[in-house]
Amino acid sequence: MDEPLLKVRGLEVHFPIKRGIVLERQIGAVKAVDGVDLDIYKGKTLGLVGESGCGKSTLGRAILRLTKPTAGQVIYNGTDLAQLQGEDLRRQRRHMQMVFQDPMSSLNPRQSVETLVTEPLRAHGISFERHARVKELLELVGLPSSAANRYPHEFSGGQRQRIGIARAIALEPDLVIADEPVSALDVSIQAQVLNLLEELQERLNLTYLVIAHDLAVVRHVSDDVAVMYLGGIVEQAPSDDLYEQPLHPYTISLLSAIPVPNPEVEDRRERILLSGDLPSPANPPSGCRFHTRCPFRQETRCDDELPPLRELSPGHTVACHYAEEILDGKITPRSAEEMLTAGAS
Amino acid sequence: MSGDYLSGRPDEGNTTVVGDTDHDGALLEVNDLSVHFTRHGNKPVHAVDEVTFSVGAGENVALVGESGSGKSVTSLAIMGLLPKRGVEVAGSVAFAGRELIGLDESQMRNLRGAEMAMIFQDPMSSLNPVVPVGKQITEVLRRHRRISKPDSVTESVDLLQRVGIPDPARRVTEYPHQLSGGMRQRVLIAIALACQPRLLIADEPTTALDVTIQAQILELLRELVSGTGTALIMITHDLGVVASLCDRVHVMYSGRIVESNLRHQLFARPRHPYTGGLMESIPRLDQARGLPLTPIPGSPTDTLAWSQGCAFAPRCPNAAGDCKTQTPRLEMSDDRALRCFHPLDTEAARIGAARG
Repeated sequence: MDEPLLKVRGLEVHFPIKRGIVLERQIGAVKAVDGVDLDIYKGKTLGLVGESGCGKSTLGRAILRLTKPTAGQVIYNGTDLAQLQGEDLRRQRRHMQMVFQDPMSSLNPRQSVETLVTEPLRAHGISFERHARVKELLELVGLPSSAANRYPHEFSGGQRQRIGIARAIALEPDLVIADEPVSALDVSIQAQVLNLLEELQERLNLTYLVIAHDLAVVRHVSDDVAVMYLGGIVEQAPSDDLYEQPLHPYTISLLSAIPVPNPEVEDRRERILLSGDLPSPANPPSGCRFHTRCPFRQETRCDDELPPLRELSPGHTVACHYAEEILDGKITPRSAEEMLTAGAS
Repeated sequence: MSGDYLSGRPDEGNTTVVGDTDHDGALLEVNDLSVHFTRHGNKPVHAVDEVTFSVGAGENVALVGESGSGKSVTSLAIMGLLPKRGVEVAGSVAFAGRELIGLDESQMRNLRGAEMAMIFQDPMSSLNPVVPVGKQITEVLRRHRRISKPDSVTESVDLLQRVGIPDPARRVTEYPHQLSGGMRQRVLIAIALACQPRLLIADEPTTALDVTIQAQILELLRELVSGTGTALIMITHDLGVVASLCDRVHVMYSGRIVESNLRHQLFARPRHPYTGGLMESIPRLDQARGLPLTPIPGSPTDTLAWSQGCAFAPRCPNAAGDCKTQTPRLEMSDDRALRCFHPLDTEAARIGAARG
């Protein structure tokens, strides 16, 4: 395979928990991202899924250096972004842009669309022919050129998200990180934005990191999918593999938890219910981070030993001690009732 | 319209309202319900119009639609929770044979919580942040069932246990901010179920939750409803939730019901172009990957007033001339209802697809 466009190695983002006013001391850390390795290949889409609080957004922000990582490397074109500062960092930012979840709060309400979409160009001192460039950008994202002189509040949610996308692609970046690009939109509008992202990828040869909690959306847009749980990647695989044969118990339960809009399927399927909630990242469980909720948990090993990511088939890595046994059906999940009583004790 | 609403007070007495228990027919019958928001100097907004549906005891009914389709306003009108000023509610809502539109506030209060209850989308804003959750449950029990304080505390611990909250005896003394999102939603369900209501309205109960927590809550609702014979009205935009939980589905668009059917029939053969469009526009886990999505063009705000024609016409792939000049009526036949001049001919499409 080709050299990845972006390599993430051992990335950590720990937020300190402090106590005391005059003599501040650190009493712990929220391990939002705790040792993540990722490769993003040119022209491909990597999907990142997980529940709220698992650190997926922090990971995206740390890659762009919107949050400073506490350890690890983000290697882009041979330079480590995690070490860059000041002007060097600012110049690198040109190559990577972000699309945010809520287009209303990420667009300045007092700037016209024209100002909004050309701001990145001005910030990086790129000379451009104003009207032609604005027209071209708006056309790319499917907005009429009359939109240029209007303001964000005059648009619907889907159109605002298009403005956000136009602004992200204005600098012709290599990498676009989209953090929950459609979750704030109505169902019938989501498809429009997803199709637009795909179309732009083809036309501009963009590379995406799509962060989302909706597994159906991620499956639709991604070539590869990484599943995140409590600050770590638990499984990564090509999209088709992951959904046809999930190996990690967390992925298996996630997939079984999503209701499918088909009553025939819904009536037949067996659900694996997870008990309880996501544990606190300030005090993550020992051993495998998922063992407190895992329906396949085996005594002692899961509690004590952190499973490394292992490659089970080409491109399919999983962090579980018992992935093979679970796949062969040698270990069966505990039922929902057992899990509930276990959670209550 | 407001005249109807003000004069329609059949029972001014101070009697405790308990629905007519030997009433035969559906538990809840909503007939020609309309809600208009009026503001001085502005044109009235027709949030809900001509909405007619019924819910039998133990039945799960879904109201599906996008934001602005009127699904939440319908539920608030049923519960009598809309503000009195600037709102015109017309039509009829009969609960166990008793007309609710026009009941005065104290009579509605006796019904709400006891006979009918509601769960909202965001549990943080529906729970009182400065009152322990146990007290918020005992409040309902003491108000409606008139039981003693110690009894109500025992009962609230029981209720929390039933909705699957671990260590309920400790949790009753905690405040909402100490609970996670899923647990708060469970507390809200416990409050709603405290008096074993005959009707439960759930307004987007899982939208703010993660998928694994959503699965827990849906499972809980499914068990509670099938175990007690409570009727459920589920308001959602998520077709997956509908497919897994509800018997009958009403699809709303711009304030009116455009299609109703039993769950299996609706998903197998959507007839209204809007229903079909919704199903085509979501990525699905039960189908092969890489199938292109067919979005519905435009946005939910591109509507035509229902008085001029079909509100969906500006976005509809099947729209013809008459859609923009005449208002389609809701045509009923057997189990299904449809409001469309040019419905999707899915039978023919299927035969064509099979041949091709």
